Amino acid sequence: MIELAETVTSGAPPDLTAKRSWRSVKSATMTGLMVAAVFVVALPLVAVVWSVLGRGLAVAFRGFPDFFIQEIPSVARRAGPGMGPAILGTLLVTGAATLIAVPLGVLGAVYLHEYGVGNRFSRLVRFMATVMTGVPSIVMGLFIYVVWTLRFGYSAFGGSLALACLMLPVVIGATEQMLKLVPHHLREASYALGTSKSRTILTVVLPAALPGIVSGSLLAVARAAGETAPLLFAVGAATEYNPHLFEEANTALSIQIFGNATSSFVAAQDRAWGAALTLVLLTFLITLVARVFTARIASRR
Amino acid sequence: MLALQGHRAYADRTFRWAAASAAALVLLILGLIAITITQRSMPVFRQMGLGFFTGTRWSPADGLYGALPFVWGTAFTAVIALALAVPVSLGMALFMTQVAPPAIRKPMVYLMDLLAGVPSVVFGLWGVLVLSQYFNLGRSFLTAGVILAIMIIPIITSLSREVIETTPPGDKEGALALGATRWEMIGAAVFPHSAGGLVGAVMLGLGRAMGETIAAALVIGSALGQITLNAFAAGNSMPAVIANEWGEADDLHKSALIALAVTLFIITIVVNLLATGIVQRSMKRGQGS
Repeated sequence: MIELAETVTSGAPPDLTAKRSWRSVKSATMTGLMVAAVFVVALPLVAVVWSVLGRGLAVAFRGFPDFFIQEIPSVARRAGPGMGPAILGTLLVTGAATLIAVPLGVLGAVYLHEYGVGNRFSRLVRFMATVMTGVPSIVMGLFIYVVWTLRFGYSAFGGSLALACLMLPVVIGATEQMLKLVPHHLREASYALGTSKSRTILTVVLPAALPGIVSGSLLAVARAAGETAPLLFAVGAATEYNPHLFEEANTALSIQIFGNATSSFVAAQDRAWGAALTLVLLTFLITLVARVFTARIASRR
Repeated sequence: MLALQGHRAYADRTFRWAAASAAALVLLILGLIAITITQRSMPVFRQMGLGFFTGTRWSPADGLYGALPFVWGTAFTAVIALALAVPVSLGMALFMTQVAPPAIRKPMVYLMDLLAGVPSVVFGLWGVLVLSQYFNLGRSFLTAGVILAIMIIPIITSLSREVIETTPPGDKEGALALGATRWEMIGAAVFPHSAGGLVGAVMLGLGRAMGETIAAALVIGSALGQITLNAFAAGNSMPAVIANEWGEADDLHKSALIALAVTLFIITIVVNLLATGIVQRSMKRGQGS
């Protein structure tokens, strides 16, 4: 009863004696403002996409595929293509981060949902994971600088560690949501066959949740691929190809955009727009693949 | 049979232990962040003492590190961002939950996802080369506030939407049955029920706005020592200073920048702890009814 009483709303009752016309005009105005809000949200998105396409397309696709494979000019004012090393760098850094964060995140979520249900430790971890998603990415970057870069120097892997720290709580959260959707009778059927708990999780629960886990992880990857701040102190800003994960300074699309955005040379600004287009295409592509997996869960049910 | 069970129990224990370690990693990383960056910031605190937080002069050449202008810049831009983003996000969330027919709800979600998916450095690039030049805003607190607002709209909207959706249908239908208009129903049923959660959503947006680095670093103008209410002035914020000055910093200067990160870490952790607590409590109440 107390539960019910709480949900009864405490706001002042609407004044129903007021003239209907005035009240409906007010309501219609507020509805109009809500519709306006949708346009206000759409406006910057359209403007940004318009700029990125308008200024990036010409740069990135002139003499295709030069822009995507040539090295970055080491002199900023020199016009011409080249973001190849940055594309490779972004793929290396993000790929390694994914390989670190996704298995650990899935395993952590398995503990939270399959083993530690309701215990104090898992409640603490869940809460802290939510808090960890709010840690500013630049703080994560400095943390990796202190524990990794100071000892081992610039490398793509340092960036991967920073991104993995950012992705971990996101993957945990997404995976736990998906584990919640796996019906209990699947687990019980497996136990009834005499399967152990760890085998049940590995062969029944995780496969059932797989499309959702893939989609959640891909969204985290898309976010991470666009991150700049955590990479600034760990990766460096090389202009040549560096295929080594653990050695020497590398670069990434986001680092190149940041570096070139404030340049006064039009050639450098052009390269920033081209890199922005490449980065946006990359993240949207990953998001799109994630959507396909989400659609597969929806159609399965 | 016994041997087999022993082996299985062993495998089970190992797996459980591995999973628990992975979960504990979250606590370990958070703890390590706090310890290592605090340790690295000590040199500047030894030199400046608490004057680091109260000093208004930041002059690495003279070995002076007063962070107050940057704390101010962070707070000021975050407040501008919230003032712009909150009404828009609330309007959008209300439209999606109370007005839009189900058929157009999905495109709205896509719109949000797209906006959330644009990397912050791309917003920064657009801010510095388009917004600040063509709209005559220059690089200033206001430009940074506008860019931050665009970036936090998706998170505030999606959280508000989740909170608003927990309003019991009975309350809404009750209000409508009494003859309330849609807006009166929102005021009488939706807002009172979701007020706590909405506050939490806004605070999470605040945390995001304060921690956002790259976009702010590009458009805020990197002016030193500005504590002003003039939104058109160029200024600086904590994360922006770190990103912009790191490249040419010597040891003490680096320590000062790390001390800024410690300050930022503490502020955002406090804001996020509060916000997460509020949102979780409000969601639980929603589910309980």
